[in-house]
Amino acid sequence: MSLTATDIRNLCLATLVFAVCALLPLGDQGYWLGLGVTIAMFTALATSWALFSGPTHYISLATAAFFGVGTYVTGLGIDTLPFWSLVGLAGVIGAVLAALVGLATLRLSGVYFVIFTLGLAELVRQVITWVQNNSGQKGLYVLTDLDEAGIYWWLLGLSAAVFLAGWLIGRSRLGFALRIIGDDETVAAHSGINTARAKVLLFMVPGAVAAMTGAILAPRYVYIEPSLAFAPILSFQVVIMALLGGASRLWGPVLGVIPFTFLLEAVSSNFPNQTTLVIGVAFLVIVYLLPGGFVGLMGRINRHLNTREGT
Amino acid sequence: MNRRPFLKLVSALTIASALAASAATAETIRIGAVAPKTGPLAGGATVTQWPSIYLWVEQVNAAGGLTVDGEQMMIELIEYDDQTNPGETIKAVQRLATQDDAHFIIAPYGTGLNLAAAPLFDRYGYPQIAVSAITDQQPELSAQFPNMFFTLGTTTALAADVVKVLTDMRDAGQMGDRVAMVNVADAFGIELATAAKPLFEEAGFELVYETSYPLGTQDLSPVIKGAAAAAPDAFVAWSYPPDTFGLTEQAMIENLDVKAFYTAVATPFPGYGARFGAAAEGVLGAGGVNPDSPAFMEYAAAHEAVTGEKPDYWASATTYASLEILGQAIEAVGLDRAAVTAHLRESTYETILGPISFDENNSNPDFWTVGQWQGGVFKGVASRGRDGTVPVILKDGWE
Repeated sequence: MSLTATDIRNLCLATLVFAVCALLPLGDQGYWLGLGVTIAMFTALATSWALFSGPTHYISLATAAFFGVGTYVTGLGIDTLPFWSLVGLAGVIGAVLAALVGLATLRLSGVYFVIFTLGLAELVRQVITWVQNNSGQKGLYVLTDLDEAGIYWWLLGLSAAVFLAGWLIGRSRLGFALRIIGDDETVAAHSGINTARAKVLLFMVPGAVAAMTGAILAPRYVYIEPSLAFAPILSFQVVIMALLGGASRLWGPVLGVIPFTFLLEAVSSNFPNQTTLVIGVAFLVIVYLLPGGFVGLMGRINRHLNTREGT
Repeated sequence: MNRRPFLKLVSALTIASALAASAATAETIRIGAVAPKTGPLAGGATVTQWPSIYLWVEQVNAAGGLTVDGEQMMIELIEYDDQTNPGETIKAVQRLATQDDAHFIIAPYGTGLNLAAAPLFDRYGYPQIAVSAITDQQPELSAQFPNMFFTLGTTTALAADVVKVLTDMRDAGQMGDRVAMVNVADAFGIELATAAKPLFEEAGFELVYETSYPLGTQDLSPVIKGAAAAAPDAFVAWSYPPDTFGLTEQAMIENLDVKAFYTAVATPFPGYGARFGAAAEGVLGAGGVNPDSPAFMEYAAAHEAVTGEKPDYWASATTYASLEILGQAIEAVGLDRAAVTAHLRESTYETILGPISFDENNSNPDFWTVGQWQGGVFKGVASRGRDGTVPVILKDGWE
């Protein structure tokens, strides 16, 4: 692997940014740390989502399914296994589940995939409920010593891992293959690329990351029940944040996550009786005014400047 | 150097800060509230939680506020919608604690949302008088979160008292021992069914029909038809709001012939009585109150006058009582949250439900468990330590 000077500069910069972010809990243990947890959570989710959906243009609505599986892994295992192993286990289970889903659906065209992933959260939720119902299980309580700062560092570490994975994939043959698939799947297949295998492999990344995010956040929720763990709104939030930022660049989604988190915060604190309505309007405005996200907007501005210089 | 502008600035600042200080002494008590206004639990919260909060704030302020250290302080309510999402509940509680600087925060709605908020109430030292959080884990939870108090009872008590009511009916020769038991396949429904099954068997009942249905099932006729085919003496459903209504409707259509018909959550809602009218007569449900007590009648009248809605016959009054408790504790010891929490552990409070005190597990041991629609009113027929239970009547058809 050969690194250019730009690569090394980018790596150093990214390390520096994460190091600075890691200092947040030392400055504030309350409100800002709480927002930090939300931002770190959605950064991991949206960035990993865009890793798959950016190049392939498949819109996955399965985030809530993987996330819920992760919270259940922690909920069921917290009394017997150490926390770090549960996070790892959740990642493995998420990846396997994603592979199964991918094998079943990624040969289909986009719209079938969207519908299937949307139904997946409900499917997994019903399976878990069925098991609980038949085993007569009581509510799951996750009582740990892990505090907000601990959860924040776990999520930040996970986000860093997602960025690293995305950067490595982008440089690999797999990343190249996916860009070709995204541009034209027929061409990709004719060039000898195993398109189904490439897509399934990549789909395992958001699956594993979302499950790990759920596993990390379970101690924050304390009580795990299906309707809270598998809330479908999560899948849509991830999509809208990634699109607001722009899914075509590795660093795109985080540009959507940060403003959107602050927007949601401002809306829920100022419009307690119309929160959902105002968020809905915000969705519409984003889709109409920023179709390519902030990344697209920056591209347009750049082009505009370039043409001005050219004249 | 001309000093005048500087002096002017200083005097302006002094006046401004003096004004701010005087505003601070005539301060209000900031009380935060976070509960669903949207999402799956909004239906319950807008019947049970929000109206009682509005009523209490209105009444306290109409009376001139709470007396804190000899001074009357009005209440300023800061409310947030958590969209039935624990992540939003956490954010809202954090915002209330750190940005809005709330003096006290009213406990959220629902078991999951209360527990998601518990670590924050604990960290910032807010007392959390939970109402709609029924669980058997009260000892463990109060050990982990010493500021958390429980008012509405335990899962096992709710299930056990249904078994007890049916046992009494059977022993009085009013019905046989054939029971059909169904549950909604979701957290609380599963917990209740799991707790009830061994209790029914212990009491010598025969479970002639047992099934469950997924949350959100629209067509409940197979459930009622299956139960009817087993010819039970009693029908017990550990149900949630939508299926409580759905099962009752199907039972009417099928004319389910039982001596006792029980549905769980939402049976005490005024909307249940309004929807089924005379057919609701004799239906048993989770919860209850003593609707004939003067305190409850006064509360119900004020509730309707202020919010335009009737309270439910269970958690509404308990929600209001939890606020009465909070108000009395504040008046007794002031705005010091640690002192208020200590006061909650030690004292007995006069509420519309009667006296309430908390035991060593921060639990209120006196609560209603089973009620029944009788003459258009949902009356408590079984309780732990509450006065005013009325005798159970037999379910006599659906007309």
